[in-house]
Amino acid sequence: MGAFEAVILTIITASTPLLLAAIGELVTERAGVLNLGVEGMMIMGAVCGFAAAYTTGSPIFGVGAGLLGGVGMSLLFAFLTQTLMTSQVATGLALTLLGLGLSGLIGEAFTGLPGVKLGPIDIPFLTDLPFVGSILFGQDILVYFSFALVAIVTYMLFRTRTGLIINAVGGNHHSAHALGYDVVKVRYACIAFGGACSGLAGAYLSLVYTPQWIENMSSGRGWIALALVAFSSWLPRRVLVGAYLFGTVWIMGLYVQALGVAIPAQLLSSLPYLVTITALIMMSGDKTLTKVNTPACIGQPFAPER
Amino acid sequence: MKIILEKRIEHSRVMALLSPLLAIAITVVIGGIIFASLGLDPAEALYVYFVEPVTTLWSIEELIVKAAPLVLIGAGLAICYSANVWNIGAEGQLTIGALFGSAIPVYFTTWQSPLTLVVMLVLGGFGGALFAAIPAALKNRFGANEILTSLMLVYVAQLLLDWLVRGPWRDPQGYNFPQSVPFEGWQQLPLLGEGRVHIGAIFAVMAVIVLAIMMGRSLRGFEIRVVGNSPRAGAFAGFHQKRVVWFTFMLSGALAGLAGICEVAGPSGELQPSISPGYGFTAIIVAFLGRLNPIGVLFAGFLLAISYLGGEAAQVELGISDKTAQVFQGMLLFFILACDTMILYRIKIVSGRSASAKA
Repeated sequence: MGAFEAVILTIITASTPLLLAAIGELVTERAGVLNLGVEGMMIMGAVCGFAAAYTTGSPIFGVGAGLLGGVGMSLLFAFLTQTLMTSQVATGLALTLLGLGLSGLIGEAFTGLPGVKLGPIDIPFLTDLPFVGSILFGQDILVYFSFALVAIVTYMLFRTRTGLIINAVGGNHHSAHALGYDVVKVRYACIAFGGACSGLAGAYLSLVYTPQWIENMSSGRGWIALALVAFSSWLPRRVLVGAYLFGTVWIMGLYVQALGVAIPAQLLSSLPYLVTITALIMMSGDKTLTKVNTPACIGQPFAPER
Repeated sequence: MKIILEKRIEHSRVMALLSPLLAIAITVVIGGIIFASLGLDPAEALYVYFVEPVTTLWSIEELIVKAAPLVLIGAGLAICYSANVWNIGAEGQLTIGALFGSAIPVYFTTWQSPLTLVVMLVLGGFGGALFAAIPAALKNRFGANEILTSLMLVYVAQLLLDWLVRGPWRDPQGYNFPQSVPFEGWQQLPLLGEGRVHIGAIFAVMAVIVLAIMMGRSLRGFEIRVVGNSPRAGAFAGFHQKRVVWFTFMLSGALAGLAGICEVAGPSGELQPSISPGYGFTAIIVAFLGRLNPIGVLFAGFLLAISYLGGEAAQVELGISDKTAQVFQGMLLFFILACDTMILYRIKIVSGRSASAKA
């Protein structure tokens, strides 16, 4: 495998968790809910995924468990914000703090154990093609799934009735309610979808990116995914571009170091965070696009008038 | 079965007081269930966790040492959150405050005078405020979400600390350990009594008193509350939201920075790659448990300090992970938020049939 191929492959592995988590949060936010607990759901997905894969020996079980871990956490958030009408910002923070603590406790028994890696698929002939083979046809299923998800979510949001309902609920929950849609139910579903995607992103970290359990291994990726959603002005295709941009930045540090450039490793490690801040600043230059796509009801609790 | 919330005409004052107590009670009960599921005697485990830390003089002193930074940071965050300004990067401001203050012992190793300590403390607060000014400026100038920017800066601050203690600030006589020169004499906080309690505890109490007076009695406090509750009403009153963002961010940053320099000039006595067990994040829970009220924060800080100590005690005596502390802290915040619902709403549980009949 050439050096260039290796770079591309690592960029894909670094970008996929960001893409998965961001696309899920995009749907949640489209329904008017701001779930700041992505980091917590992701880390729970990572620990559940690792634990299940290690115990059963099957990475596929790990992927499933990661997904369920994320959904479980997101339903906690949904119950508080939708049924008990708590503040979404505070509850999201609580979800992250709880997730980081709980994952540390669950994961303690698994620290330092050899992981089970979710391997790439192998299509005879195609995967062996020179140059493009391993990049196009030699990835693990979650990479393909993440791309499929972008297509599915784009289609669903802009071409189907379901998408219209989600956008209506996020755009004006009172009108959606008046039209007879169950705002709370739609939001529950979208929150759970976001949780599932974050859980998958976490499972990707502990099954593919670094196939082992390390405490706090999500290291802020959940927050970067949140920034990505705003950065891409709630458009799925821009989330795709953004996730790969950030994934590239994340990986770049490693390669610059390997090339022997005398830059402190810590400065390179802080690049993704600095780039995220820069992206949030740049976004403000594009006011119209942001305004058109921002779900108008984002973060507001909905109480039906009886 | 369905849960129905009925809006109260007025905020329930009883519930505002009861809610945190109820949340603590639920956390303890769930904690007991978790302990039982781990095969421990729940009564004994809960005793070790929540009661033992307040039974000996040594542990009470240790409690004060841990509560001081939580109260300092939590009080600042309480003001921030009252203004609906979301600074969640206190951990980073704490780190930068510690770095600014530590520059004195690192670069002026031999300077020994009472002024040394004063300069260190002032620099600590200044560093924290300066670092908190970044998300404030980005919010005011570019409308960048302060939650995300302040959190991203935590990672940047921690990496900066890591670089300094492994690189330029490493103690030349430190056998290559990642740590700064040890702080000595006037580079350390004076102790109160014989134990480990240092004057940081006094700063915490002073901060609580000053902030309580400011929020309750001054125009600035009124401005913060009005802008927090209703920015539109605030604008009509001539209050500027941007000014409130600046003020609350820099105030909470300064307090976090002060807590940071107090940590390294107090209990640690040197800079290390990690200087805080997540005080900046736990302080978020302290602020909420304390009802975003400085006096409440004082009590809440002690309670969360108990959870840190209880976690350590449980690890030693029961052989369970000290990570349970973080789980308790997370659960507690969840239950507070859930219980707070009862301040604004009456909760009714109705059976499915009557719910559909009503609808």
